[in-house]
Amino acid sequence: MSKRANMSGNEAISNAIRQINPDVVGAFPITPSTEIPQYISKFVADDLIDTEFVAVESEHSAMSVCLGASASGVRAMTATSSCGMALMYELLYVAASDRLPIVLAAVNRALTGPININVDHSDTMGAKDSGWIQIYSENAQEAYDNMLMAHRIAEHPEVMLPTMICQDGFVTSHAIGNILLEDDDKVKAFVGTYDPEKHILNPEESVGVGPYSIGAYYMEMKIAQFRAMENARKVISDVSSDFEKVFGRKYGMFEEYEMADAELAIVIMSSAAGTAKDAIDNLRARGVKAGLIKLRVFRPFPAAELAEALKGVKALAIMDRSDGFTGNGGPLGSEVKGALYGRTDGIKTINIVFGLGGRDVTVEGYEEVYENLEKLKSTPAEEIPYCIHLGQREEK
Amino acid sequence: MIEIRWHGRGGQGAKTAALMLADVAFSEGFYVQAFPEYGPERMGAPITAFTRINEKEIRVHTNIYAPDMVVIVDETLIGAVDMTKGLKEDGKIVVNTKRPPADVAEAFKDYKGEVYAVDAADISIRYLGKNLPNMPLLSVVTKLVGVITEDAFLNEMTENLKGKFSKKPEVIEGNLNAIKEAWNSAIRVNE
Repeated sequence: MSKRANMSGNEAISNAIRQINPDVVGAFPITPSTEIPQYISKFVADDLIDTEFVAVESEHSAMSVCLGASASGVRAMTATSSCGMALMYELLYVAASDRLPIVLAAVNRALTGPININVDHSDTMGAKDSGWIQIYSENAQEAYDNMLMAHRIAEHPEVMLPTMICQDGFVTSHAIGNILLEDDDKVKAFVGTYDPEKHILNPEESVGVGPYSIGAYYMEMKIAQFRAMENARKVISDVSSDFEKVFGRKYGMFEEYEMADAELAIVIMSSAAGTAKDAIDNLRARGVKAGLIKLRVFRPFPAAELAEALKGVKALAIMDRSDGFTGNGGPLGSEVKGALYGRTDGIKTINIVFGLGGRDVTVEGYEEVYENLEKLKSTPAEEIPYCIHLGQREEK
Repeated sequence: MIEIRWHGRGGQGAKTAALMLADVAFSEGFYVQAFPEYGPERMGAPITAFTRINEKEIRVHTNIYAPDMVVIVDETLIGAVDMTKGLKEDGKIVVNTKRPPADVAEAFKDYKGEVYAVDAADISIRYLGKNLPNMPLLSVVTKLVGVITEDAFLNEMTENLKGKFSKKPEVIEGNLNAIKEAWNSAIRVNE
């Protein structure tokens, strides 16, 4: 029986980890993900899990512990945020290219500087090209549910890629709210056990992990990663379908909210989508054809499906919770525009960077976004700036 | 949806009270959301915490800008922080104060909603031996929010405190007595 509970996103994720009972966790505390290793070490102390918890001296070492453990054929997990993830960057690439299905609970937080502990997506967006699968969560329930699916996606023999489950720092990680916790046995049965084809501790078949690769092999290794990420599309979809059959909650690559007849739409991720849904309800009550797409899976990027879902839209705002300083808009903006190109042209599109360092955008703030989209419909494309910012104080 | 904003200083338990109010409403079957505004918290610095209670799922993920109720855990914040900003005209203010009701009424004379005063510090000192005003205030606010009966509230708090203070059971009784007394101790200072 699922159990109604009232807990924070960090507690929810930690409960998923308790139910999964990973073999190894290597972690170093960093706000706002600190509670996760705290909960895990308590679970270990209370004998609720038999995880080998390795308290390391840095995030670089945390991911190194996971690399070693995963290469030896066991389930390895960690949690981090912000600068902690930045300190892992080198090893994130190693995990992906060595095809080690490590699972990471990411609690999104702005990167320094100026130093800031609140949410934006600059930490995980910095890792968007590291070869990890990235799944984003609107609330504690989704963070929990996504974590229950993470290992089956990562460890699938056609995938074998590390996976990060992201949620917004403080906004969902530290806010308590209603959640359905699933039964331990049911979760264990769904997640299953991990029995990799190859690992370094098998005396019957010696394998090497992470060797030097000369030019003659490097590109083939990269293409294998490319194919694994392609394969992840179907695996994510299959695992999500199975999840729905077992637990009743439906997940796709993205969620469409009021999109059937939407003329004005936004693409947005994580907790901000919840606030924007309330704005859409208000707009719909006033007859505005507003809709929203909440992207769940950022890697692999569901470009073709997204273009299809947006094809009836007249004006679109792509909402980025990190800037990127690319001269061409935020990471989500670039991806979505790339997805539309050649598939669904002619939508008046603007990229909006919002919510940096925890800056709040209210329901009314999103209503204004749609009001501006109404104007954008009749704005000549060449007059639309490629990117604007939302919610900042103006210079005096 | 009922939205409550708590204003206190670090160390007074405003965050704990905000979260426990959500626990109480949750126990009665409501959807809830509670969180503090995180920043460089330290003892004595002004802090804000938020509680939302609703009959359906809460999707909004922002601070509370138009609360139905404002709880002033520390009256020395009056004048320093604009605590009634955005407060609904037909809402409520609860102030932890030692001042006479007429003084409190004067301090909020421009506000058209209901203003309540309670000496939560005094209740806390009598039952706990120190100034931790959050539990008495939680009791006052819970009664005003009206999502639970007094008996059910006391039962829920007994269970909640047993869980929270499993390693410090000696503080449970004092907290429960403070909560019991506080339930009927708030005075409406304006009409």
